[in-house]
Amino acid sequence: MTLRNRWRKALSMVMLSLTGVCAVLAVSVLFLILGYLVYNGWRSVDWNFFTKLPKPPGETGGGMANAIAGSAQIVLIAIVIGLPIGFMAGVYLSEFGGKIFASIVRYMADLLNGVPSIVIGIFAWSVVVVPMGHFSALAGGVALSLILIPITARSTEQFLSTVPQTLREGALALGASKWKTIATVVVPAAYRGIATGMILGVARISGETAPLLFTSLNNQFWSAGWNQPTASLPIMIYSHAQAPYDDWHRQAWAAGLVLLLLVLFANVAARLILSRGIAVQK
Amino acid sequence: MGAVNVPSPSSTAKPLAQEAKLHAVNLNFYYGAYQALHNISLDVPANQITALIGPSGCGKSTFLRTLNRISETIRNTRVEGQVLLDGEDVLSVDVTALRRRVGMVFQKSNPFPKSIFDNVAYGLKVNGFRGALADAVERSLKRAALWEEVKDKLQKSAYALSGGQQQRLCIARALAVDPEVLLLDEPCSALDPIATAKIEDLLFTLKDQCTIVIVTHNMQQAARVADRTGFFLLGKLIEYNTTEIIFKTPTRQETEDYITGRFG
Amino acid sequence: MAPSSTMSARPTSGARAFLQRLASGDEIARLVTAAFAGCILLATVGVIWELWVNSTLARHKFGLSLLTSSDWDAVAGQFGALPFIYGTVVTSLVALLIAVPVGLGAAIFLAELAPAKISSTFTFFIELLAAVPSVIYGVLAIFTLVPLMRDYVEPALKKTLGFLPIFSGTILGVGYLTAGVILALMVLPFIISISREALLEVPTEQREAALALGCTRWESTWQVVVPYARLGIFGSIFLGLARALGETMCVTMVIGNDPSIHTSLFAPGYTIAAILANEFSEATGDLYLHSLVALGLILFLLTIVINAMARLLIIATTRRGSGHP
Repeated sequence: MTLRNRWRKALSMVMLSLTGVCAVLAVSVLFLILGYLVYNGWRSVDWNFFTKLPKPPGETGGGMANAIAGSAQIVLIAIVIGLPIGFMAGVYLSEFGGKIFASIVRYMADLLNGVPSIVIGIFAWSVVVVPMGHFSALAGGVALSLILIPITARSTEQFLSTVPQTLREGALALGASKWKTIATVVVPAAYRGIATGMILGVARISGETAPLLFTSLNNQFWSAGWNQPTASLPIMIYSHAQAPYDDWHRQAWAAGLVLLLLVLFANVAARLILSRGIAVQK
Repeated sequence: MGAVNVPSPSSTAKPLAQEAKLHAVNLNFYYGAYQALHNISLDVPANQITALIGPSGCGKSTFLRTLNRISETIRNTRVEGQVLLDGEDVLSVDVTALRRRVGMVFQKSNPFPKSIFDNVAYGLKVNGFRGALADAVERSLKRAALWEEVKDKLQKSAYALSGGQQQRLCIARALAVDPEVLLLDEPCSALDPIATAKIEDLLFTLKDQCTIVIVTHNMQQAARVADRTGFFLLGKLIEYNTTEIIFKTPTRQETEDYITGRFG
Repeated sequence: MAPSSTMSARPTSGARAFLQRLASGDEIARLVTAAFAGCILLATVGVIWELWVNSTLARHKFGLSLLTSSDWDAVAGQFGALPFIYGTVVTSLVALLIAVPVGLGAAIFLAELAPAKISSTFTFFIELLAAVPSVIYGVLAIFTLVPLMRDYVEPALKKTLGFLPIFSGTILGVGYLTAGVILALMVLPFIISISREALLEVPTEQREAALALGCTRWESTWQVVVPYARLGIFGSIFLGLARALGETMCVTMVIGNDPSIHTSLFAPGYTIAAILANEFSEATGDLYLHSLVALGLILFLLTIVINAMARLLIIATTRRGSGHP
């Protein structure tokens, strides 16, 4: 073997091993993150965390119950607004869409998807906070719904279009009208994929912070209602991590751990559902 | 049963036979700018099995799909001419009502992702059936010669059945709404000979209650089951007559070439 | 997209067909779902509209100097966006410089070398990484990355490469470099998963042809497979860039919040997203607010353009099978 060939072989081995290193590095980041959060947050995740309000710095025993409830509140608003709109839009794109209008909607959905979430926050601020005159959980929910809608629409469309045409024809041939076919055959056939898309979308918006910064803002106490500033888990993490108190840092780790576990759990669950079959078995 | 129907571009409709269930009159069909059917005129007699044969792409499936207007689900299609069901133009009636009277079984079985029971009951539910669902389902499954094989597992998924069973399930599903006409588009092309034989036997028992039109690329099948056969080529109806005449003494050269296997 | 009903061109039944569809509920269903789809249109147009309208004061007062001035003084009423544009671009570039080699390397490993089981398991974990919220990256960055950069990495860089202006200056731990590193982590999963898919689409014949000519495994991968998949890979890079530009939380927490331009990567800076996060809810005065919204508009336009390019590249890949030589 000539020297040049030896060199080429050696280079090949080195470069390919490097790629393996890169892959291992990438995967280990996930475990590093998880590990760090567990290590630092585990001790702070206690009963108080889930049930008590935040205490002033220096006092122990505080929790983030209001942030958990607030996040649930805001995400619920986003779900109520965003999932139906996204789902119906997805049905339109897949089942009814004409050429022009549908292409425009798809393009706009992708556009909206790519808008930085803080810009979405500005929009929600100007259409909800400004007219109302104050920050509110509603504004936060509206902001998050704007992120949820395009995701849900595109994934619903995607999974509906995997349903074979022959299934639609089978129902139509029995005398079912088009909308009945969609409601009783096509959507049930694709329900796994559609549900997965929704779960992933909700998991994604649960972790969003930027759009809440000037819509739902924050609250050290229980939220007084849908139209009042409301605490949320991501915002609490953000504010506590940057504060100069060790106690609050611990709380930030704990909240981060809870949030991450929720998001990861939703993602894994969604993938498991999906792996058992997207739509019709054929 | 009527003279040989030799279509020519300027032919006017022949006097229609009294017992014809479906009449196609000068039917033309277009996919966009492409003309797939040229002036098809054909009478389908009631309570008989009519087969449509021809090489791939000759238009027989296209023609079949105009009979229950399922061709409309594809964009950019156009129909000219008439299809009459008991004398009424199918294009002017409500399409869902039409499809209750003219049922269809597809080339590859397409049961819904539901239980066996729900598959058969689907057409009934969708059309507002108010009677005893279970009895109707049982009746259909018996007519489709599937009842004995599935009576103990009606709640199981339809996908648990074999290919031949699934196709018979689709037939049961189509029969549940008591159609007057049953259209079958190459129903046995994906099945083995035994499953095929079962379905062919089925068709014989059904034709008393039903008018049957079957598209098949299997000439032996047409010879076995059909009372009348129509031969399609390149979107035209070349010859249409009793099965015996078509297969034994065809009038047109193209028909004879196809029958004897010179092409197709 | 599933085909839908068409109207047969029979003049006598055109209107009747419509009425039939109406009666059967299909037309209503179409209109209702179309209305929901129209909401998306409305929302997107609304976003553009509000951004435009709420930045009027700033645009009228400063015009193009909004983009070119580096003077950001809320008290004096002077607002120039250049430091933020600079910070956004610099941090994103740093992120790409780190994430692209590592990401491409990992994608090559997963697509070309790893056995199927390992490839899918690793991909599973990497896609989970993409789901980690930005604020969590930020928390980690504050407590682990910043000390790491401050105490080990940046001093080492200064020692070895300190003659370069980008690696000179005071070391604080926060700044462009740290923000770039954490951004790289956020962008990495996207580059990996999209590049991996682009590489998987390269036909085996290409690899085999190269190997049959005597290429080493690496040569066939680097000189044949990767170029073949280059459209998809570029698409993934653009997508990563678009994400990096708009990423808010983790950057805000480690950028240092200094609205000026510095050459050194160790120095603190600011990005558009970061200043919006920090100052929007407390901005006093209409001009201030409008200037911030103007920043949002700039960011919006930037990400749209980059996203559009990314999508074009990725669509070109899937449509044509892969890049043509």
